[in-house]
Amino acid sequence: MPERAEKDSEIKLPPELLDLFTGLNDLELEDVDIEVDELEFAYQPGFLPAIKRMVAAKARPTSLLDAPFELPIQKYPGQIVEVTLGATKGQGGTRGRSITIGGEKSPAFYTFENPTPNSPIISLDVFDQKVPIPKAVRTNFNDAIEDPVSWAKFAVDKFGAQMITLHLVSIDPLNPKPSTPAEAAKTVEDVLQAVDVPLVVGGCGDPEKDLAVFEKVTAAAEGERLLISTVTLDMDIEKSAKLIKKHGHVALAFSPMDLNQARELNRRLLEYLPKEQIIMDTTTAALGYGLDYAYTIMERARLAGLMGDPELQQPMSSGTTNAWAAREAWKKMDPEWGARELRGPLWEAVTGLTLLLAGVDLFMMLHPAAVRTLRNTVKRLTEKRGTADAAKFAEWVSAKF
Amino acid sequence: MSGKETKGGMKQLSPIDIYTLLPKTNCKECGEDNCMAFATKVVNREVMVDQCPPLLTKKFEKNYLKLKDMLKPAVKEVTVGADDSAIKVGGKLVMYRHEFTYFNPTAIAIDVTDEMSSDELSERVKKTQEFSYIYIGNDLKLQMIAVRSTSGDANKFKATVKKVAELTKLPLILCSTDSSVMEAGLMAIPKARPLIYAATKDNWKEMAELALMYNCPLAVSAPNDLDLLRSMVKTMKEYGIEDLVLDPGTFTSAGLGDTINNFTMLRRAACEMGDEMVGYPLIGTPITAWTEPAKSPTVNAWAEAQVASMLVTRFADILIMHGTEGWALLPLTVLRQNIYTDPRKPVAVKAGLRTIGTPDENSPVLMTSNFALTYYTVEQDIESTGKPAYLIVVDSEGTAIDSGVAGRKLTAETVADAIKESKVEEKVKHRKLIIPGKAARISGEIEELSNWEVLVGPQDSSGIAKFLQDKWK
Repeated sequence: MPERAEKDSEIKLPPELLDLFTGLNDLELEDVDIEVDELEFAYQPGFLPAIKRMVAAKARPTSLLDAPFELPIQKYPGQIVEVTLGATKGQGGTRGRSITIGGEKSPAFYTFENPTPNSPIISLDVFDQKVPIPKAVRTNFNDAIEDPVSWAKFAVDKFGAQMITLHLVSIDPLNPKPSTPAEAAKTVEDVLQAVDVPLVVGGCGDPEKDLAVFEKVTAAAEGERLLISTVTLDMDIEKSAKLIKKHGHVALAFSPMDLNQARELNRRLLEYLPKEQIIMDTTTAALGYGLDYAYTIMERARLAGLMGDPELQQPMSSGTTNAWAAREAWKKMDPEWGARELRGPLWEAVTGLTLLLAGVDLFMMLHPAAVRTLRNTVKRLTEKRGTADAAKFAEWVSAKF
Repeated sequence: MSGKETKGGMKQLSPIDIYTLLPKTNCKECGEDNCMAFATKVVNREVMVDQCPPLLTKKFEKNYLKLKDMLKPAVKEVTVGADDSAIKVGGKLVMYRHEFTYFNPTAIAIDVTDEMSSDELSERVKKTQEFSYIYIGNDLKLQMIAVRSTSGDANKFKATVKKVAELTKLPLILCSTDSSVMEAGLMAIPKARPLIYAATKDNWKEMAELALMYNCPLAVSAPNDLDLLRSMVKTMKEYGIEDLVLDPGTFTSAGLGDTINNFTMLRRAACEMGDEMVGYPLIGTPITAWTEPAKSPTVNAWAEAQVASMLVTRFADILIMHGTEGWALLPLTVLRQNIYTDPRKPVAVKAGLRTIGTPDENSPVLMTSNFALTYYTVEQDIESTGKPAYLIVVDSEGTAIDSGVAGRKLTAETVADAIKESKVEEKVKHRKLIIPGKAARISGEIEELSNWEVLVGPQDSSGIAKFLQDKWK
């Protein structure tokens, strides 16, 4: 009942009824001579559908009416900051190339408004000690994952990694024998020697130990424009920021799915660092395990930045590897859910694709198939408009496959 | 009732706007205490104005119609199918999910053709119908069957449509660009209100006649041509067809950028520019991925799932798909559930002590966060061990264990407090708490603050059974 009433009400009642009754004399309403008000009064649910058909009977167009679409362009007072990662010899480092991200003037891939200034980049994860890695991932790297140098080389040579994220998990004080800041810095130097792509260097999540390690790492990799992952609100922000500035790196500001904390952290970092040296990460939760929050926080951050909030205008990074926290990604399930070798990487890919559309500029990922999917999608989303072959589209309706 | 009035107005509606038009008698017939309370619920879309009985009388007819117009969603809600099995698509109020709730989750249709063997047809229909995955108390399902005419033969199509309708009550999408084939299909199920796919620039007149004759919703297809699409909508409306679904074309390789742009532009024009002419549900066809040459069907299925997931995020209200593999459909249906979760409601459960089975003074005590998904998963995993236990649900502000620990929402203090408040100390003789492996970092602090011994449990709760077996003597 409510539904019908809703439908009926969408008829623009008075004018159409007026039109309808002029010259309509072969139906039950033939001799009615009614004022608009009376008609409205006479309306009863169930009465209108009949009228609706009569409206239709009256004026059936014989050729297509012209009603062009107006592009829904909006203006944004803000712009996302451009940040460059990795420094070449000319720029004071040793990387083969540097990579710039950010710079957006519109929400992600609204290319009908503005082209995407810099393509989002995918960085492949490398760990400096054995960590539990899903079988579906492990099989792609064979023995290469035994040490971070061969893993990084493999990721670049075999999978064409544009960047490497070196996770220094071995420094964790919870380890029986945590590696020292000096040892960690040595690993970073070794990886820098082995590959020439820009590098992200990640700590273990312990604010004090991370800072001690970053102190050594930033100095050892002077001028390389590493992305230091991560700086958090419970770290000594002044000290972290000054280290990063002094040695020419970039800070990854991590906040736990909370825009106010993201703002506060950026604000405090901006006291010591130029905006071109900050990227933010508002936390990635796995598909099915909070991705909705992660997505919406990122989308809101990006929209706020474009609307002019200076504290949310940093490019965004996502630890997309977190997708593997979802048990559906790695678990053997009943046969109807297919092989985890496919389900797992697709889980990571879908997590990444969703955040790509929220505005993420830098992805830290694990599975080569998920990485390839993101990379191809970015390529498609940034190519020039009008590449669709419209004439071929309807073929799917009758195609056999 | 002009477009201007609704332009951008949906979001700014206040309870006062509604209240002004209500009878203001505080009669309580709707079940609310007064008209203002009712108005607030109407604005929040928790009740419909139709639930106000006096408003439905002739006296308030003008107000009723005005209210209906004010509350009209930017994207029209269209019903596909008939009777109990009908589904609603569209009905969207906003562009971004944080602005309000997305209503009517994307309906997913799986295709069959009129050249499939009887066995294959039955199997695909059965598989679609029986698809089910329980995820945080929700049953993830597929909603529709799309019947394609690959033969081009009207009689074959008619027979297939008839057969499918006998096999399932799921609403159907009939797919053919040939109006005589379409008519044959409609004749097989004259009262079922399937979605007609599709009116094109070449066949629109015939398809429009069929939509009117069989009272069916009609998909309007204009691949990568929004001027044509909008023109066709105008023409169809003039024709007297109100229930439209828009198809701007789905291109899964070259043209994917155009596709995402088109869906985005259409939804923005409808929700933010007040363009009623494009305020209709959008249909995506990731199935086009199967027309690409590929080394194996896995590649097509992957591409299809990839594009489908992007279109769930970017505004599709219906998707037509070919692949039925669980590895592809599971992430997709979970994503849909995520995107359509009400962002206004925290996905958290009440903190406090839970008992699983009938625990005694020697039973294990475990701890988890109050993020709904974490909680349900852990509870289920403990239950499946068959061992009675206590479970302390800590208020982590609805965050999962790892992000709760990282974001300092799950701390040693909150855990120690939760132990105290749970009064579990009065229920068990021991003082041993099993915490999630992902909270290992705070184990030492918990011991200090609570004076309980902490056992660090498995990284994933599926390991609880083994953990209890090995470590809980």
